[in-house]
Amino acid sequence: MQDKDLERLPEHFGMVSRRDFLKVCAVVTASLGLPMAAAVKIAEAVASPQRPPVIWLSGQECTGCTETLLRATHPTVESLILDLISLDYHETLSAAAGYQVEEAKRKSIEANRGKFILVVEGAIPTKDGGVYCMIGGKPMLDLVRETAPLAAAIIGIGSCASWGGIPSAAPNPTGAVGAQEALGDKFKVINIPGCPPNPYNFLSTVLYLLTFKKVPDLDAQGRPRFAYRRLIHEGCERRAHFDAGRFALEFGDEGHRRGWCLYKLGCKGPETFNNCPALLFGDVGARSWPVGTGCPCFGCSEKGVGFTAPIVAQASLERFTPAGMPYKTGEGQRVGGGALRLTPPASYPPITPPEGHGPSAATVGLAAGLAGAALGAGAVAAMKIGRQEGKTDDKAGED
Amino acid sequence: MGLSRRDFLKVSATGGLLAASALSPVPVLAREPRERLPEAVGILYDATVCIGCKACMAACKEYNNLPPDHSTPDSIWDNPLDLSAKTYNIVKLYTNGTGQFKDQETNGYSFIRRFCMHCVDPACVSACPVSAMTKDHDTGAVVYNKDACIGCRYCQVACPYNIPKFQWDQAFPQIKKCQLCSHRLAQGNYPACCEFCPNGASIFGNVQDLLKEAKRRLALTPGQTATYPLHRVDSQDRRERLVTPYQNYIYGKTDGGGTQVLILSGVPYEKLGLPTLPGESTAATSETLMHSLYKGMIAPYVVLGGLFYIVYKNTTKQDLP
Repeated sequence: MQDKDLERLPEHFGMVSRRDFLKVCAVVTASLGLPMAAAVKIAEAVASPQRPPVIWLSGQECTGCTETLLRATHPTVESLILDLISLDYHETLSAAAGYQVEEAKRKSIEANRGKFILVVEGAIPTKDGGVYCMIGGKPMLDLVRETAPLAAAIIGIGSCASWGGIPSAAPNPTGAVGAQEALGDKFKVINIPGCPPNPYNFLSTVLYLLTFKKVPDLDAQGRPRFAYRRLIHEGCERRAHFDAGRFALEFGDEGHRRGWCLYKLGCKGPETFNNCPALLFGDVGARSWPVGTGCPCFGCSEKGVGFTAPIVAQASLERFTPAGMPYKTGEGQRVGGGALRLTPPASYPPITPPEGHGPSAATVGLAAGLAGAALGAGAVAAMKIGRQEGKTDDKAGED
Repeated sequence: MGLSRRDFLKVSATGGLLAASALSPVPVLAREPRERLPEAVGILYDATVCIGCKACMAACKEYNNLPPDHSTPDSIWDNPLDLSAKTYNIVKLYTNGTGQFKDQETNGYSFIRRFCMHCVDPACVSACPVSAMTKDHDTGAVVYNKDACIGCRYCQVACPYNIPKFQWDQAFPQIKKCQLCSHRLAQGNYPACCEFCPNGASIFGNVQDLLKEAKRRLALTPGQTATYPLHRVDSQDRRERLVTPYQNYIYGKTDGGGTQVLILSGVPYEKLGLPTLPGESTAATSETLMHSLYKGMIAPYVVLGGLFYIVYKNTTKQDLP
């Protein structure tokens, strides 16, 4: 990016200073796990005037995912989000309402056919034709189904949109499902689960789409690997207490006050994939995430764990991910594990301990040479002794 | 020397007869195999439950005051490669092929925790010439007395599991091995490895109860949920978990005369580095052999007589003073 472009940034972003703008770009780059040079690329992509619009559809949700984006305490980050991603339709944030905003949405979708990013927040009820969530007289299910084919990319933000979340919890009276399930296999939804998800996971995904014009590496559940590759248990600041068997046994006991592992209080860190311990929440520094504050993780982002498993139930510990889930980059190059320097050396010793290799050829040669020399010297010495003895005997005979 | 050949033979024959008559004519009996002590305590390690967290290793080091053991040049982690004088307890990993599936022999992996098996009839105790290795009369733990030890390391050679380790780097070396946390048992606690195992892979208890628990687990149907006790076999702290297939064998029930540490696994035991041992303990075998050879000192006397005869026959007048 040219310097003069950067100088123009404050005008372009209204209240945002150039410094703040670059800071946010750097944070996003870091959470994506990209080299810092990519921050410039992202800044370029964001500063370019052709920012694709975002259509934000809200289904069965609590607006928590919107709130998480707005409540980020980076300076004026809400303005950044609004400016970064040209939010054309959002039921909570739009100044307009009613027919006016529905009309604006229709216009934006038509004008940006195949270019806009569709963000789905909240679960989608499917029972009884989806009548349990109506927007502008239409069921959410129909809205999503008719908007999805026109979008460049679909992002499901939050657990509800990713896999159903709270609305889908048993007995699931409205037949709530996530965006992927509602849309079927024809569409690939990028899921950012969490309740709420970390705003930077969402922001990073959007900026990755803008910058590289492709979908980030996703896992089997459609979650970007950069954020959901590791178990919370693996990055947890209390992991050492788990490994040493130091557990808080009830809230407020000595172990709990001393910051020991919360596993026995029902922490679901060992079965939840997320980057909470690394990114933290609210930009207020260390320990600003559930486990950091002494509250066991309840697995909000993991299907089958959050809102499903009892809070006090102990998590399954059967997962074996000492080096994280396998992670392949576009070039087929393996990143993570050793590259991230998080894998302990020789995690587990093998059944048969490695033995030192035998002596080298040079050592054997040298030893053989020395032994040969010693043998030769011994033989020569013995011969001499024999000769001398013989002589002595002869002399004795003469005497 | 005035001893004629005739006299020598007379003397040796009388000696042999005397020796033979002085002892019972009953044929030599094998040494009775030792039975499990009724109050014996032990550990049941279930490899299918183990998650390889190494909490037992960390707890073992802490409660036995053991220093870290390094196997990498940077010496950052405590990462022993095998049992040593600094490591009484180690979690090892078996992998095969892609190593994807837990507790499967092919393309799978399994953890295995190795530490003293606390044999019912320990070879180290049998081999120790000074009774530095002893088996506790109540708990059955195989314990070591450093003040009696002469450092011969017979116990190391005798142990079929290669457990006792020698402090090669010490001026006054000792034998180091798991002693079933005897110091903690004396205080009314139980072994640290079981207390700190978060998943119930290692549980402590009376060996009879542990055997019952192991049999119960082998009878479970894989794929169904079952309750597994944590820490102690009689613990009220229990967990539900999905049963995974077991090898239909309790390692340590009879192996090498039986052990107080029992192991369950989903992978064949020999793959996990556990030796295939006969039902009779090596201690019983070697002591039977020894007692037969030295029974009443007959065989040694006969050999000695033979040696005397050979020497006598080859002795000439010049050799005598």
